[in-house]
Order: sequence, then structure tokens, then C-alpha cells
Amino acid sequence: MRIRNVGAWSSALWLAVVGLSAQDTNRVEDLQRQLQQLQEESQRTQQELQRRIESLERQIQSLPTNAIAPVTSAPPESAAPEPRPAGPLDAPLRLLGSSRSYLNLSLDALIAAGGSTAENVEDVQLGGHDPRVNGFTLQNLELVLDGAVDPYFRAQANLIFQIDSEGESTFELEEAYAQTTSLPGNLQIKAGQFVTEFGRLNPTHPHAWSFVDVPLVNGRFFGADGLRNPGARLSWLAPTPFYSELFLAIQNGFGGTASSFGSDHDGEPLFGRPAVDRDLDSFGDLLFTPRYAVSFDLSSTITLLAGASAAVGPNASGEHTSTQIYGVDAYLKWKAANHHGGFPFVAWQTEAMVRRYEAGAYDGSDPAQPDPLPAETLTDSGFYTQLTYGFRKGWVVGLRGDWVGSETGAFEPDPDRDPRWRVSPNLTWFPTEYSKLRLQYNLDDREDEGVDHSVWLQMEFTLGAHAAHKF
Amino acid sequence: MNTNWLMPLLTAVLLAGFPSRSHAALNVVATTSDLGALAREIGGDRVDVATLAKPTEDPHFVDAKPSFLVKLNRADALIEGGAELELGWLPPLLEGARNPRLAPGTPGRILCNQGVQMLDVPATLDRAKGDIHAAGNPHYLTDPANARIVAGHLAEAFSRLDPPSADTFRANLKRFTDQLDAKLAEWQKRMEPYRGRHLVAYHDSWPYLARRFGLKIDIFLEPKPGLPPAPAHLAEVMTRMKQENVRVILVEPYLNRRTAETVARNTGATVVDVAYLPGGVKGTGDRYVNLIDHLVTSIAQALEGGGK
Repeated sequence: MRIRNVGAWSSALWLAVVGLSAQDTNRVEDLQRQLQQLQEESQRTQQELQRRIESLERQIQSLPTNAIAPVTSAPPESAAPEPRPAGPLDAPLRLLGSSRSYLNLSLDALIAAGGSTAENVEDVQLGGHDPRVNGFTLQNLELVLDGAVDPYFRAQANLIFQIDSEGESTFELEEAYAQTTSLPGNLQIKAGQFVTEFGRLNPTHPHAWSFVDVPLVNGRFFGADGLRNPGARLSWLAPTPFYSELFLAIQNGFGGTASSFGSDHDGEPLFGRPAVDRDLDSFGDLLFTPRYAVSFDLSSTITLLAGASAAVGPNASGEHTSTQIYGVDAYLKWKAANHHGGFPFVAWQTEAMVRRYEAGAYDGSDPAQPDPLPAETLTDSGFYTQLTYGFRKGWVVGLRGDWVGSETGAFEPDPDRDPRWRVSPNLTWFPTEYSKLRLQYNLDDREDEGVDHSVWLQMEFTLGAHAAHKF
Repeated sequence: MNTNWLMPLLTAVLLAGFPSRSHAALNVVATTSDLGALAREIGGDRVDVATLAKPTEDPHFVDAKPSFLVKLNRADALIEGGAELELGWLPPLLEGARNPRLAPGTPGRILCNQGVQMLDVPATLDRAKGDIHAAGNPHYLTDPANARIVAGHLAEAFSRLDPPSADTFRANLKRFTDQLDAKLAEWQKRMEPYRGRHLVAYHDSWPYLARRFGLKIDIFLEPKPGLPPAPAHLAEVMTRMKQENVRVILVEPYLNRRTAETVARNTGATVVDVAYLPGGVKGTGDRYVNLIDHLVTSIAQALEGGGK
């Protein structure tokens, strides 16, 4: 209203101005200028008010309503894709996963209780993170940190804490590596400290196992902590219609986690021979692990994943001796087409390995080991096969058979090479996917020791970002 | 001089030197079949859509099969829900897929809940509440109005990946939204008499549907998301159902129907087999519109059978 009034008044003023005498021309011009300014200002104000009204109208329209919004209403504006952030600014740091943080953090604990008839439980349980005492064992407390480093790399670190059989807290750096997100030619490089991709079980972590302990063949050939070392791994996804991947890992061949290779076994003799101090003389003194894996969907509900691996590297038995381990693995899984939470399913996993260990000659110079031994190649083999049946949501029944054997060597008897077998039935209950309770019975038969029985009750809990498992 | 051969030769040389763009269809991978169905509607024959999760299986717990890794490696685009439904199985596949076209933020990585108003976003994250979704309830496509948003988003995304076909995508989008608008009017009409009615569901998958059609679906057989129905909780549910005369129980195809049947028997209710993924139950086919048709028809029919 005021705007129109101004317009009316300004028109009247203009007429008055025109009627003035010529001597007031300057004054007239002044007044004309002022009038023009006034008009421009009023126009600007009018436009500003109009803009504000339109903006308010838009805001009103975009408010969420409880009533049904007509489908033919204005198309939705492109809202922010992220869900609104939660929590006040002074809340404790919430280490969440995926979309909300740069780092995923999770904590996984494995605790076991039970006992064995074996005289020394550590002789019968080969894994460093197996239940190893009569009583309680904190098998594994795994802290996993992972995330995207930048558009080029992903990185992960697995830090393991445990309480050993003497009650001492120990720390292990299990994995700490970076992996490329996409390289040309379908290649991928992983570098750092990592578990060697040999077979199916070695590259997995204890909390992901279907059994409480490590299979006999893995424990014997790869030692208490599995085969892992700093190094680099290249993989190539072949352009076949089915999954087909070629891996090559090059890692250090020495250290406690290269058990059949350059490890000095904490100064203890292996196969009757004390460890020989070896240097990394040439490129050939590294540990090489090629692997080939292939997968087929036999039907919409059955998938097969099979592989062949080899690990070749120097060992601590002589100046130029080396070890070669060859393995094949197969994993067959059926999962119901209308599974709930992944149940029911049936999974069958088998691995078989052969190890050729070139043992050096030993002159008997150590008074603790007075018998000399010739240079020879020791051949060991073993396999495990396990069947798991998730018969109901959260319930899995499992059965595993283990066997390890060897060709007789010059050093006999050798508890590290004597034949043994084991049968392990178990039952697992997952209240949710973040916790589990498992009861397992082991029937162990060792050639010189006879039969032993063990019963273990295991508990697992996970905190933090949900870690998705590979197939 | 006879140069009749010159022009054909020149043409042949030019054509050989400048091969026409083969313009193959886009290779698109969708995580669940509702997204796959919408992708097919908008993409038409300009896209080849493969869906990873089966419509009959529990989409939270799909196996990360190596064959999926191969599909993702070859894909031009990945269509995912964007609401962490696939959090339990998609990340390791993407790690191994080594496909730069699917990297976060690229045109080939399509998060479908962009622009969708998410319901039930938790204020605090606490697993004591059960298996809650940090980004909100992921089943937003049970509301047909959200399908409109997702379809528009897909048309935009496809046009960015295949600009020459943008007109086709736009036409497909128009056709789909016209059909959806017409059907939505039908669905509203069919569900109008049941506004305010109370239903029970096995799992909390239906808040978007409830909001669209004015239903109350807030009693669940699961005491908390992901926890199995415990007898004590079921007793409470049955009491409440009798008090409020709730006559319908919604069950997805992968859930334990027997539990729902027991509750139904004791309360005189009907178990309704529904799915939120096309192809999950018979009659939902592989098109989104059929899925909602089936939902609306099944629920309306069950509610017709009496009750408050």
C-alpha cells in the first residue's frame, strides 16, 4: 500500500514540478533526480519482498507432512544424501563403521574354558591361539582397524593380544598392510605384514574359524601362529566368465612365523637338528607363495571354491636347504534359497598338504643332541576335512577329521612328525552374529602317546564396526 | 579416367578408420531385486541388469560369492540401497572387484536413497537395541512415492553414464512415473477404508508402507530387531493383539512362518505372505508395480476379513 502511495505522491509531485517557472530549472532537475531515485528504491524493495515471499512459500511446501503428499506435487529437491548426524558435539568419540568415520574399529575376543587328558596340553593343541591350558584361556583379543587411506589404497591392521599359558600378556602384530583399490589390468597389490594366502584356513583369523583350534596339518606345517610375514603380494583377476585369480606373495623367509622355513624355533632343534644361522644372501632366500583359486556356482544355491597353493623358501636346517609346501583346498557351500540370517546351510571344507623339508647334515656337536644326522629330505603330509551344518538360525553343528603323517626320517621318534589323527565334533550357538558359544570335543590319537580327550567351551564377542567376511 | 571405385573406397577407408560407436548396453549390477526392477524400467534395453541377492533370501546375509566379485569387476555401474542393508556382504566384494568405475563418488556408484527421507534413524547407536541400521530403516521402497524419487535418480545417473541415451531414459522415466501415479491413486483408494488399522509384522520392514497408507505396523514378533521371537514376548504380542483386535500378521518369505502361524491360531488372525523384493513371493513377478500391487491386494484382502 505504501508503495502505491509513494507512486501516487511522486506523480503529483512531478506535475507540480512541471508547473514551476523556468528559473527553477536546476531545482526541477534536482527534484527529478530525487524522484527517479525514489522510484528505483521502491522497485527494489518490491522485488526484495516478492523474493522473500516466494522463498517462504517454498520452505512451507518442502516441510514434511504427516498427511499424504499428493504424488503430482513439486519434484523433491536433491536433499543431502547423508543421514543427519547423530549426537551432541560433546558426546564421546563414536567409532562407527562405513559411512560415518574414516576408520573402522572393532574388538573381537575369544575365550575358552576346558581341559584335556593330555599330560601337556600344548603338545596336543598346536595353535598358538588354541585353548592351551586346563582352565581358562584368553585365546585371542583382536583389535582390527581398517579404512580407506585415500582413493588409491585401503589399509588394515590386526593387533592381537593374548594371555599365554604362563599367564603372561603378549602382543602380536598379526597384520598391517595397505592394498590397492584398483590397478589397471585387474591387478591388485598388498604390501606390509600379512597372513600368507595359502589354502583356505591360513589367511583367516581364529575368531572366524568353525572350530576352536587350528587343524593338525596347519599347526604342524605353519606353526603356532600360521604363516605370515612382512612382504608384498600381487594378484590378478583373470578375464574368465568364472572367478579365477592368480596370486604371488613374496615375504621374508625367517622369523617365528615362518615355521617350516627360516624360523630358528626359539633356539630349539627341529627334526633333531639345531637351527643354522642364515642370512638373506640372495633374492632366492625369500619366501615365495604362488596360488591359484577358481570358483563356480554349481547352482543358484551351491557354490564351489577351489585352489592350489605352494610355499617355497629357505629353511634353518642347513646353509642351502629349502622347504617346499604344496597344498590343495576346496570349499563347497549350500545355502537355502530362502535362508534367514544365512540359515540353513551346509558347508564342506577340505585341505591337503605335502611338505618336502630339506634337512641338512648334522655332526652331533651339541652335547644335548649327540647323534649325528645325514642330509635328507623329510616328507610330511596331512589333511583335514570339516563339515558344518547350520540347521537352524543361530545353530551350527560341525564335525572335523584331521590326519598328519610322514615318511620315516633319520631322527626317530619325532613328536613333530609322528603320525596322529583327531576327530572333533562340535556345536555352536550364535545368539546374534556378534557373539557365539561353542562346545567342542577332541579325540586325539598320537602314535607314541596314545589317545587323549579334550573338551573345550569357547565364547566370542565382537564390538564395533561389523566386519563382513569373505566367502 | 574411371573413378567409380574411388568414392566407395574412400567411404570404406573412412568407415574403417572411424569405427562407429558400438554403443553397447550399460552393464549394471544391482544389489537387491527392487533396485534391479527399477533399473530395468528406466534403462530399458540400454542397460543389462544383474541382481546379486535372490529375492527369496534374507538380503542382510547374502554370501559374498566369488562370482559376484567377477560381476562387479566387469560392471559399469553398481546400484545399491545406500542404507547399509548390504553392509554384511558388499564391502569385501568391492575390495576384490578392483573396478575404478565403482569407486565411491564416481558416476558408476549409485546410492539409491539419495533424496529419500529416511525413517527411524537412530539417535544413538547401541547394539543392546538389537541389529539396528545406522542409516535408518533400509526398506524405503515399500512406499511407492519413494520409487518415484529413486526412478528419477536412476534416470539422472544413467544419463550421466550414457549421455546419447538420455532421451530414452527420460521417456522411460516419464512412462514409469505416469504408470506409478495412476497406480498410486488406485492403491490409495483400495487402502482408504483401512486407514488407522493396526497390523503385526514379524520384522520391522514396513514403516514406509505404513506411513503411505496410514496403517499402524508397530507390533513385532521379534522382541528386538534380529532377535528370535521368544515365548514371553510372543505371549505379550498375543495379548495385545486380542485387546486391540489386530487380525493380520505380515511375514517375509525367509522368516519362520510357523511362529507366525502359532500366533495367528491363538488370536484368530491371518498370516499374510508378503515381500519387499519383487520375486520374493509368487505373484510379485519381477516388476516393481507388481510388487506393490501384491502388497496392497494381500493386505487389503486380509483386513477385509473383519476386525477394528
